[in-house]
Amino acid sequence: MIFIFFLILLMLTAAIAASIFKDLINAVIAMALVSLLASILFYLLQAPDVAMAEAAIGAALTTAIFIIAIRRTKRHEE
Amino acid sequence: MRRIISLISLVIIAIGVILSLARIPFGAPNKKIGRYYIEKGIEETGATNIVTSVVVNYRGFDTLGEITVLFIAAIGLGAVLKAEKRMKLKRKIEPASLILYTGCRFLFPFILLFGAYIFIHGHLSPGGGFQGGAVIASGFLLIYLGCRGRRISEARTKAIDSLGGLTFVIVGLIGLAIGGYFLINFLPKGIPFSLFSGGIIPIIYVAIGFKVGSELAGIIDNLMEENE
Repeated sequence: MIFIFFLILLMLTAAIAASIFKDLINAVIAMALVSLLASILFYLLQAPDVAMAEAAIGAALTTAIFIIAIRRTKRHEE
Repeated sequence: MRRIISLISLVIIAIGVILSLARIPFGAPNKKIGRYYIEKGIEETGATNIVTSVVVNYRGFDTLGEITVLFIAAIGLGAVLKAEKRMKLKRKIEPASLILYTGCRFLFPFILLFGAYIFIHGHLSPGGGFQGGAVIASGFLLIYLGCRGRRISEARTKAIDSLGGLTFVIVGLIGLAIGGYFLINFLPKGIPFSLFSGGIIPIIYVAIGFKVGSELAGIIDNLMEENE
């Protein structure tokens, strides 16, 4: 139970960090962390199907697509 | 003034969300339909994984809709990026480091195998077409990062994509012809917990796996091509 609360706290921190960071690459990495922690939470809540989808799509593919898109535009937010 | 209005509307939305969520008993085990699926799922569909039996059998038509959404998104992305691809200038591609190159080449077949395992065993163990397809696409992403300059053939991904979608629809239509409604499970259910069980579920999940995998790999291919 404490572990789950720790995960949720970490997830909240990462989510807030993702919205605060000016460097977009850092923000995307923080978002990937949110996805990864969400997939661990899904697994702990006994939903392995959703956890797999979240880990593969949320943490891996979305991050890659965002990073490719950022490389084509500007890295820093004004 | 604007700030006050937005604050008030935020409070109203928060109250609405809390009021509507407070009524729902989260995690309560006595939901009628959920219990029905858990009790009758294996018997009626032959799939050991209840999630799969719901996704492909009970709610198969919704899954067809989901796949169509993904298909349209991929086509839209391809069309948008294709429009400016005309003026392509050839630049020399910087090769990846030796460690990344070797690691990618070593890991790629295992990732493909794992993805195929996930969608072939979708009716037995956690996972299914979407998850397996996403794992396969992440394998292709690894190849794009490690072995730069390698490309998958666009025509081939499109063909696999269309073939997967066609298989799904044709299986559904055969069900319509035999049993009277779309996506009826017309094949024998088989023995639960064995690979050949669940009737049409493994066929549909393999089709979805190929479709999602080639679609997502095509999306990455489109983006990467633009990038270099």
